[in-house]
Amino acid sequence: MSAVRAAPPHHRRTARTAADVRASAHVCLAASCLASGADTVLAALDDEVAGRGLADVEVKRVGCLRLCSAGPLVEVAQSGQLFEHVTAGDLGGVIDALSQVRPDRPRQVSTRPFFTRQRPLVTENFGRVDPESLDDYVAADGYRALRQAITSMTPAQVLGEVTSSGLRGRGGGGYPTGLKWATVAKATAPDGVKYLICNADEGDPGAFMDRSVLESDPHRVLEGMAIAAYAVGANSGFVYCRAEYPLAVSRLRTAIRVARRAGYLGTRVCDSTFAFDVEVRLGAGAFVCGEETALIASIRGGRGTPRPRPPYPAASGLAGRPTLINNVETFAGVPWIIRHGGGAYAAIGTPRSTGTKVFALAGRVRHTGLVEVPMGLTLREIVFDIGGGVPDGRAFKAVQTGGPSGGCLPADHLDMVVDYESLKEAGSIMGSGGMIIMDDTSCMVDVAKYFMDFCRDESCGACVPCRVGTTQLWMLLDRITRGTAERADLDQVERLSSTVAAGSLCGLGQTAPNPVFSTLRYFRQEYLAHIDEGICPAGVCSISEAHA
Amino acid sequence: MTVHTLTIDGRDVAAPDGSSILAAARESGIPIPTLCHLDGLGDVGACRVCLVEVDSHVNPAARPQPACMTAVREGMVVVTVGQRLSELRRTVVEMLFAERNHVCAVCVADNHCELQDRAVDVGMRHVDLPSVEPLLDVDASHPLFAIDHNRCIMCTRCVRVCDEVEGAHTWDVAGRGIDARVVTDLGTPWGESTTCTSCGKCVQVCPTGALYEKGRSVGAGAKRRRPFLPYLREHRPAGEP
Amino acid sequence: MTRLGRRPEALIEVLHAAQEAFGFLTRDALADIAEALQLPLSRVYGVATFYSHFTLEPQGRHICVVCTGTACYISGAARLLDAIEADLTVRPGQTTADGLLSLLTARCIGSCSLAPTAVVDGELHGTLTAPALLSRLTALQP
Repeated sequence: MSAVRAAPPHHRRTARTAADVRASAHVCLAASCLASGADTVLAALDDEVAGRGLADVEVKRVGCLRLCSAGPLVEVAQSGQLFEHVTAGDLGGVIDALSQVRPDRPRQVSTRPFFTRQRPLVTENFGRVDPESLDDYVAADGYRALRQAITSMTPAQVLGEVTSSGLRGRGGGGYPTGLKWATVAKATAPDGVKYLICNADEGDPGAFMDRSVLESDPHRVLEGMAIAAYAVGANSGFVYCRAEYPLAVSRLRTAIRVARRAGYLGTRVCDSTFAFDVEVRLGAGAFVCGEETALIASIRGGRGTPRPRPPYPAASGLAGRPTLINNVETFAGVPWIIRHGGGAYAAIGTPRSTGTKVFALAGRVRHTGLVEVPMGLTLREIVFDIGGGVPDGRAFKAVQTGGPSGGCLPADHLDMVVDYESLKEAGSIMGSGGMIIMDDTSCMVDVAKYFMDFCRDESCGACVPCRVGTTQLWMLLDRITRGTAERADLDQVERLSSTVAAGSLCGLGQTAPNPVFSTLRYFRQEYLAHIDEGICPAGVCSISEAHA
Repeated sequence: MTVHTLTIDGRDVAAPDGSSILAAARESGIPIPTLCHLDGLGDVGACRVCLVEVDSHVNPAARPQPACMTAVREGMVVVTVGQRLSELRRTVVEMLFAERNHVCAVCVADNHCELQDRAVDVGMRHVDLPSVEPLLDVDASHPLFAIDHNRCIMCTRCVRVCDEVEGAHTWDVAGRGIDARVVTDLGTPWGESTTCTSCGKCVQVCPTGALYEKGRSVGAGAKRRRPFLPYLREHRPAGEP
Repeated sequence: MTRLGRRPEALIEVLHAAQEAFGFLTRDALADIAEALQLPLSRVYGVATFYSHFTLEPQGRHICVVCTGTACYISGAARLLDAIEADLTVRPGQTTADGLLSLLTARCIGSCSLAPTAVVDGELHGTLTAPALLSRLTALQP
């Protein structure tokens, strides 16, 4: 069962040189817009332009235009005008805008904070390149970093740039990327074989950053992987992508094929003696496979059961060989770092959390979609300035980051800075980038129960604390939401949470209690209202009459 | 062969490179409780009963590590006792009793059960945690043996012995999380297995009464430890045969 | 399987292909796969039952996947499921008695901006209300 159809193959890109094109309509064909009918819009626009004989107008399929809640989105590239909620039957505005494009008319810069506050770096090609066109990618400086790395830098120099950039793992752990690469580079395998894996198993519910990058600019990820492989001495790479992203998988496969044909992958990368090739491996619906050792087990065709670490994959990973595993967003940041230098990257963000972070803004916020910002903005700036605040006259209640491993932060934390350390101190984590805004229609006990239900479902079942503890925690949270719990149950929740956090074998279990810890820390009164008074202040939980 | 010196509970211990903390501790007579570990089988570090503090003087916030799967290092400081570890071990054993339906009074392994032994070792007297109470069955289709899933603690010794020692790989784990079960072949009745050699190793290594030989009354139910499997040893506290 | 090289490591890819071809995984198919990849039966069964994507149950003529990711959950995914249960007497993981529709949940399909979402026969529908989803489902042809 596939989740979403891949983009229809019938889009005709008329072969034209850039000089022939006066005006371009960029139609977003990433999954959200596609689901809202963007393919119909694309076809209709193609027909309209052809029907009117507009020979100097180009209709181009592009990746994510970021403002997903307003899709289908069409942007007139030269003028910068963005059209929202475009339908096949109402293309008048787009056609007019296209006809008004003149070479001397300046590009209109958006004044909307949703766009102006963003700092596109990983996402700099979003909305500009056709994700299925290698020519577009190359024209946008694509593969220049790879060529530079291979022809004029040593692996040690590449490593040096990444280290000085301060880049940290964007999958959630925030582990210094340069340090991880150095570990793999220094590790020795008996036969000299090392592997590289791109973790595209984006499993946090509410996160779609990696999906967007893979659908909108897959070559960037491949380029980052190839540069990393060169730096650490790997010749074989895998992208482990979840099966729920068929469009991302198909765009990736296309990109690999064309990159190989053009010599950016294969036995002689950029005509050098460096060999590197990539294979896609599919997940099959298991959140735990985002954990490095479980991911490796899955790539080997087995159950996704994690193993105790140490040994770490960097020393002994796939088939016992040194293996570099990084997230999609981490690899996607590498080409920019090589082109502009590690120092330029480190100059963005905060001293300990350098560069930018891509967030998927969703939930109860006006503007949902993809947001790339420098580290160090406040939550308030992201939620209210960029996100436009909470709609429908409701009140902001909490912002959730880090998915099932993270925490919920209340209104009095809105002025905290978004970086790895601050989020950790506040009881959450950066996570992979999912940021869900909640308003007063959410019950925080119900939210904690929701995340525990997720962890219970996704637990691999190998270790006792996680397998049994997440089940028992869910049972207790369920009791609380039904109004049948007592104070002793809350004590059990706290006791179990400590055991699961300290005793579990892998990160899934170790972080499963985080939503409970953070909601107890900031919303304890909601728990007590359910337990002592039998009421759900948010009006969400159905508390039985007998216990009210 | 390099030998490392480390300390375990303040005592200096020497152990060859590649030893686990568990092996080093047992060599020196320092007891560490275990459940899923069995000498002679590959370790999985899954039951979490053997967790010990490693180098916590360097990093007090570090999580405890499984002694069975952690290799010794020169200068390593290991602590096997303490409040946090006691609490963890007791809770883990309590979780196991609460996870499935353990009724010792009618079990063939009563008084010869490693789960009971561990409960005594870690001081677990009663179960306060919520009981899961799953609906589980007994598969008695095999002519010689049976499995009662109510008594299984998912230690996977049966899976490992059948794979690593007998080589038949009849047993494996199916499902995920709390719904995971050990299964034979394609989740089909044990008696219909086309791979089982009826060697009985899985029954021998099972720590509880989950896997047992048919035809034994509760009274005569103690599993005989067959002499021809000397390389598979369950650890017994000093003084017991 | 020939294309994938009959390596034991290709098991997950092979299971995907088998399910794609037959709609679900039968025990016979699993036995054939075990034979071809030279893997133990229980190993193949263990892998097939670990991952949410694979199913050993025949599916209905149509499949509806309701997303229960965080954004969809706080936007009312539970209400969609309640409405489907009330109207069509089917709960997640089940197929309607007439074999017409299988209802599944997914933990996040990554289109959070359109919450709440559901995928019906591979097509994604967003910003759903219970009536809108139900009308789509009741219109499905046998």
